[in-house]
Amino acid sequence: MKIQLNNKIKAALTTISIALFLILVFVGDNVISSGSSWRMLITVIEKGSIFALVAASMNLLNGFTGLFSLGQAGFMLMGAYTYAIFTIPSASHDAVYQYFGGGIIKWSIVEVLESKIGVVGHYLGLFIPIIFAGILVAIVAYLIGIPVLRLKSDYLAIATLGFAEILRAFFQWNTLGPVTNGSNVLRKYTTYHSAIFPVVIAGICITIILLLLNSTYGRAFKAIRDDEIAAEAMGINLFKHKELSFVISSFFAGISGSLLAMFQSTISATPFTTQMTYEILLIVVIGGIGSISGSIIGAFLFIACSEWWLRGLDSGSWLGISSDLMRSGFRKVIFAIMIMLVVLFYSKGIMGDKEFSWNRFVNWWLTRPQAIKNWPNKLKSKLVSKKKARMAKSDAKARLKQEKADSDYKKASGTPLFTPLPISDQVIVFDKEGK
Amino acid sequence: MDNRQVVLKLSDLTMQFGGVVAVDNLNLLLHKNEILGLIGPNGAGKTTAFNCITGVYEPTNGAVEINGNIVIENYPKGKMKEEYKGRNLGKYTKSQTMLPDKVTKLGVARTFQNIRLFKGMTVLENVLVAMHMNQEETVFGATFRSKKARNEEKAMREEALVLLRKVGLYENKDDISTSLPYGKQRHLEIARALATHPTILLLDEPAAGMNPQESDELMHFIGEIRDKFDLSILMIEHHMQVIMGICEHIYVLNYGGQIADGAPAEIQANPAVIEAYLGGDE
Repeated sequence: MKIQLNNKIKAALTTISIALFLILVFVGDNVISSGSSWRMLITVIEKGSIFALVAASMNLLNGFTGLFSLGQAGFMLMGAYTYAIFTIPSASHDAVYQYFGGGIIKWSIVEVLESKIGVVGHYLGLFIPIIFAGILVAIVAYLIGIPVLRLKSDYLAIATLGFAEILRAFFQWNTLGPVTNGSNVLRKYTTYHSAIFPVVIAGICITIILLLLNSTYGRAFKAIRDDEIAAEAMGINLFKHKELSFVISSFFAGISGSLLAMFQSTISATPFTTQMTYEILLIVVIGGIGSISGSIIGAFLFIACSEWWLRGLDSGSWLGISSDLMRSGFRKVIFAIMIMLVVLFYSKGIMGDKEFSWNRFVNWWLTRPQAIKNWPNKLKSKLVSKKKARMAKSDAKARLKQEKADSDYKKASGTPLFTPLPISDQVIVFDKEGK
Repeated sequence: MDNRQVVLKLSDLTMQFGGVVAVDNLNLLLHKNEILGLIGPNGAGKTTAFNCITGVYEPTNGAVEINGNIVIENYPKGKMKEEYKGRNLGKYTKSQTMLPDKVTKLGVARTFQNIRLFKGMTVLENVLVAMHMNQEETVFGATFRSKKARNEEKAMREEALVLLRKVGLYENKDDISTSLPYGKQRHLEIARALATHPTILLLDEPAAGMNPQESDELMHFIGEIRDKFDLSILMIEHHMQVIMGICEHIYVLNYGGQIADGAPAEIQANPAVIEAYLGGDE
């Protein structure tokens, strides 16, 4: 028996669960004191939603358009820097750019907005720099995309990886110090004050990505992923659509970068290495390539593991187990093993290429009691079939042995193994020379 | 002679890959509402000719004219020029090639020898993809579901369903495309090509791998879509039964070169064709 929910109920369920989640985050943020160990939950939700956004943007590129690109960390870095540079209050410039004489840019977007439109400007000052960062990253991505998107598969991955590293080096360049502060950290810029902010921004952006994927353009992206030649023969301009996907993906990577800058409250180019791209790629793979809901689940799981649940592995004791092995870095070993297990036995990831659906969710829970009841029988039948397979194998082995013995016997006793072909009267002679 | 309008004209079309001449001076005329056959042994250059017409390859020499407009025109350059020994050298002076998507927009749709459906998508989505190129709405409007985008999407869906009903795939509209049986996959590929609103349809071995009954059905199907959609069809085929039964005119290629052309009966009697297919007696 399968339950089919109608669209109204599904919409209601979605709205209720989103509202409930937001309320819980809001309440949790205000109730849990910063000393409590449960404060980690809020951190995980903040960072998780930021990584969910960047993973979704990478999935748009890798999972839906079939472009294996590894430039995400570079675009995040650029988004983070753009946000930070343009929101440092003018009073703090001398302190931040202490080695570069107070920097070149002497104003911040927030202050300009505040002086023009007052209190509204103060709140707009949180959103407009984020969008500005996204747009700037998108423009750079457009320019990078022109040469790079003519490449395919692995070559594209290498080229985008290279560009991301170039971006990182570029932002650390001393000559650009008056703008980027060289290799020193940027700090004292405006940040959000409530954990609900990154959740809402990431939520809106992911919704936009989902809407895009369900439009005709999303279908065109999937067509390019499935078969480039056929897509082109169906009138889809390959380059235009690849560029579109690349630019949109980078736009959202830039936005998540600026959210990360706000989350960390100081930013430097050092952590945005290739390793960060791999972490994002990992989230995408664990969640399922080609599933946005998978990326979201993957992001929260990954961040919860690395920030919270597996922290104990680095500090000596975890779940009551303590060992000398558990030194700083051991967490990464466990992580690597977990990833190997996921890739080996669960290669499609948590969601495969399917999106979350209420129908499947409800039916899964409804079928659990039956499944648990059937479990012993299932196990038994599995064991029986394994035993049968083993018996059949040994039978076949025995038969083979017998046959071999027979043929050996025949050879020994001189019986011919095959009957020669009868020689016919008409023999066809192929004469090469011809007469 | 045929006084119908010429919709597709290939003049001296040549395609060289290094020293290999895959298509050698092919001249071909496709008239309106005609079904034209292109046959030849394996490796004769039939599919290469298709790829030149649709812009997948840039031909070494020659021109392709669609509905009276020259869309692809090339003359041998560089090394090709020497190897080509100056044949038709002064004839074509422009060098222009269109990308496949532009050629499709001009009304040339094609199918592929080894079926190329969009694997992860349903039958309906496969057809909808082909309609994407006629969409006028921008990404922005399409993402935020502007009124125009919603209307376009609705119109597309309706048209796709009508098309699927016409080709007999309506019942399978929500199936994953690659789960369909082989014959239906061929039908779907043709339906997808029709969704681009073509005037010329290029079919690359539509009856490959079909049993006699299925290919018989396909023959009727091709005839029907020609009438229903007012098409001119150029097809490559190995099934002689299909080719002889449906084509009005046949071109025969061998080693890239054109060895014969004419009505089916003439082709069947042509000694050069028989030699190409069965091998000559020494």
